[in-house]
Amino acid sequence: MKDKKNKGTDPKTYKFDTLSLHAGYQPQKNAGSRQVPIYQTTSYLFDDVDHAAALFNLERGGHIYSRISNPTVAVLEERVASLEGGTAALATSSGMSAIFLTIMTLCESGDHLVVSSQLYGGTVNLFRLTLPKFGIKCTFVKPRDTEGFKKAIQKNTKGIFGELVGNPGNELMDMPEIAKIAHDAGIPLIIDATYQTPYLCKPIDHGADIVVHSLTKWMAGHGSSMAGILVEGGKFDWMQNKKFPSLTTPYEGYHGLSFAEEFGPTAFTMKARAEGMRDFGPCLSPQNAWNVLQGIETLSVRMQKHCSNAEKMVEYLLGHESVAWVSHPSVPDHPDHELAKKLLPNGKGSMIAFGINGGKEAGEAFINNVKLASHLANVGDTRTLVIHPASSTHSQMDEATLKFAGLSHDMIRLSVGIEDIEDIKNDFEAGFRASRKPRLVSNQ
Amino acid sequence: MKFQVNGVEVFASTGGRPFDKKKPLIIFIHGSGLTHMTWVLQTRYFAFHGYSVLALDLPGHGLSSGESLKSIEEMADWINNVIESVGYREASLVGHSQGCLVGLECAFRYPKKIKTLSLMGGAGAIPMNKELLTLAENNDPKAVDLMMDWAHGPAGHFGGHPVPGLYHINTGGMLAKSRTIKSTLGVDFRACDNYKNGFDAAKKIKIPTLSILATGDKMCPVKEGKKLSDLIDGSKVEIIDNCGHMMLLEEADQVLKVLKKFILFNFPALKN
Repeated sequence: MKDKKNKGTDPKTYKFDTLSLHAGYQPQKNAGSRQVPIYQTTSYLFDDVDHAAALFNLERGGHIYSRISNPTVAVLEERVASLEGGTAALATSSGMSAIFLTIMTLCESGDHLVVSSQLYGGTVNLFRLTLPKFGIKCTFVKPRDTEGFKKAIQKNTKGIFGELVGNPGNELMDMPEIAKIAHDAGIPLIIDATYQTPYLCKPIDHGADIVVHSLTKWMAGHGSSMAGILVEGGKFDWMQNKKFPSLTTPYEGYHGLSFAEEFGPTAFTMKARAEGMRDFGPCLSPQNAWNVLQGIETLSVRMQKHCSNAEKMVEYLLGHESVAWVSHPSVPDHPDHELAKKLLPNGKGSMIAFGINGGKEAGEAFINNVKLASHLANVGDTRTLVIHPASSTHSQMDEATLKFAGLSHDMIRLSVGIEDIEDIKNDFEAGFRASRKPRLVSNQ
Repeated sequence: MKFQVNGVEVFASTGGRPFDKKKPLIIFIHGSGLTHMTWVLQTRYFAFHGYSVLALDLPGHGLSSGESLKSIEEMADWINNVIESVGYREASLVGHSQGCLVGLECAFRYPKKIKTLSLMGGAGAIPMNKELLTLAENNDPKAVDLMMDWAHGPAGHFGGHPVPGLYHINTGGMLAKSRTIKSTLGVDFRACDNYKNGFDAAKKIKIPTLSILATGDKMCPVKEGKKLSDLIDGSKVEIIDNCGHMMLLEEADQVLKVLKKFILFNFPALKN
C-alpha cells in the first residue's frame, strides 16, 4: 500500500479532454459569451498613435489586421498548441498552406529538404515541382528507410519532412529515430500529423520540432471547412549553427529583430506570422476557425469511434473473398505494427488501404456501387469516404512515382466514418458484389 | 547583445533596438529558472521609447555562459558588475519573483547606483515548497510542471495569451527546460530559500519603489507583497485582478501600463 504522505503533488493543469473544450479562451474577457465569438472583422481600432506603433513594432500583443491574426483564429491556435504540447501555433487557410508557410519560414533559395516519399499527392507535387521554382530542392526517401534519411542529408539540408503514417499506403516513419538523425545534423523534423490528430499521437513528445495539420480532416471532423495549422515544439535551438540566418540574424523587416534571440521557443511561429502571413497571406477565416473549434470540442469522442469502427472494418476486410490485401497499422502482420503500438497507443487511426481482387476495373465498380460511403477527395469526415487514389488524388503522378510512393492500381483508400458499423459493412457488400462482375456494372 | 562580466559572456536582449549609452538604462531581472524572454512584452516598449534596455539572462541561464550564481547576494553584486561593464553609473531595476529579491538586495547594497525599483510578484522572502525544491535539485521535469501550474492564473490554465497563437504554460515550461533543470531552477530555488535579508534590506531602501501584485498569485501572494511594500518608504502598490504569478505575460498590457507610468515619472526617458 502506498504511503499517502509520500505520494507527492501532481500538477493540476488541465488534461486533453478539458483543453479540447476550453483552451485558448476566457469568457470573462469576451462579454461573458460562453461560446467563442466569431470576430467577423478585417481590422482593429488603435487606441492612439502610440498603440498603433506598439503593435507594429511587436512591443505588445494584439491584433492589427485579420490577415495577420484574428481573435477567433487565435483561440483555435492556442487550443491546438495546448493539445499538441506546443509553445505556439499559426492557423492557415488549408493544410497545404500550412506546409508551404512552414517551408518558406524555414528555407532560403538554394536550400534542400529530405522528404518522405509517401505523402498526399498534393504535397508530393509541392515538393517535387513547385518548391524547385523557389530554388528549394528535395530528396525523397521511402518512409521505412530510416538510414536513407541520414544518407540523403546534404550540407544545405534544412529539415526532414514526412507524414507519420503515409497517405495512402499506411507506412510509418520511425519518428523518434528520424528525429535523432535530424537533430544530429542540426536540422528540425517536421511532421504532418493530420491522420493522427493529437488524440492519437503528439509528435512533439517523440522528437518532432514542428507539426503541421490539415485541420479540414479529423480535427474539424465534419467535412465542412478548410483549415490548416503549424505548431511549434519550442525545443529546437535555431542558434546552434548558422543554418537558419533568417531566424537568428537581424531581420530588416522588423527593425533588425532577431526572432530566435527575442522569442526563443516561439521564434518560428513569430517569424511565420510576422513575415509569412504578411507577405503570403494564407489567413484562415474566423467562421472556419469557429467551425474547426466546434469539431475539436468532440475530438476525443469522435476519434475513439473512428478507431473502433476502423478496427472492425479491418477485421471484416481481412476475411473477405473480394479483398486481396489490407493495410492498417492495427494488423499484426503490418510491417510497422510494433512501431504503431509505441507511437499510437490510443488507436491506429481510421485510414485503411486495401486491394480489391480484379484490379482497376473491380475497384471502379466497387466505388460506383457503394451508396452510404461517399466517393470524394477528402479524408477524416464523420462519414465514411472511399476513393481510388491512382485515378484521383495521386493521378498527377507518373507510373514510376506512383510505384515509389507505394501505390498500386488495385488500391482503395477508405476513411472510416462513425456510422453504425453494420450499415458500413452492408454497403461494402453491395460494392463487392458489383466488383465481382465489373464489366456488367461499369456499363450501367 | 553579448558582453563580458567578470570574464564570462553574458547575453541580454536590448528590446529589439540598438544599445545606446546616451539613454537611461533599465535592467530587467528574470525569475527562477527562466530567461530574458519572459520580458518581451515590456522591454520592447521601453527600448522604442527613449531607454536602453537590458533583459538579462543570469549566468548559466538562457544564452549566457558560466554557472548559475548560488545566492541572491551574489546575483545582486553581479547586477552591479553588469551596470559597470556596460559603462553606466546608474540604472533602474525591474524584477520578477526571484528577480525582486535580487533587485531588493542590489538596491540595498548600491543605493547610489539604483534609481528606481519595480517588483513584480515580489516578497521579502520566498521560502520554497520543500517538494518543489527537491524535485528541481534532482533534475525532475515535474518541478517545471508544478511551477508552471502554481505560477499561472486563469490565463495560463485556459490560455488567452496577449500575443496571438502563443500558449502560456508550454512556453514557460520550455523556457525553464532550456538548460539543465538542476543547474538553473534547482540552484535558483535554493538561493531563494536561503535568502533572509529581504525585510531588513527593504527598511533601508529610499528610492521610488513599485510593487505589482496579482490576486491569483499563489507563489508570492498579495499579502506577502504588501508586507514587503509596507517596509519601503513611499512604496506604491498596484494590484492586478484575475491573474497569477506570471503577470508579466498573463496580463502583459496591464503590467506595462503601470510600469510605464511609474518609470516615466520617476526615471524619465531621454527627450529627443
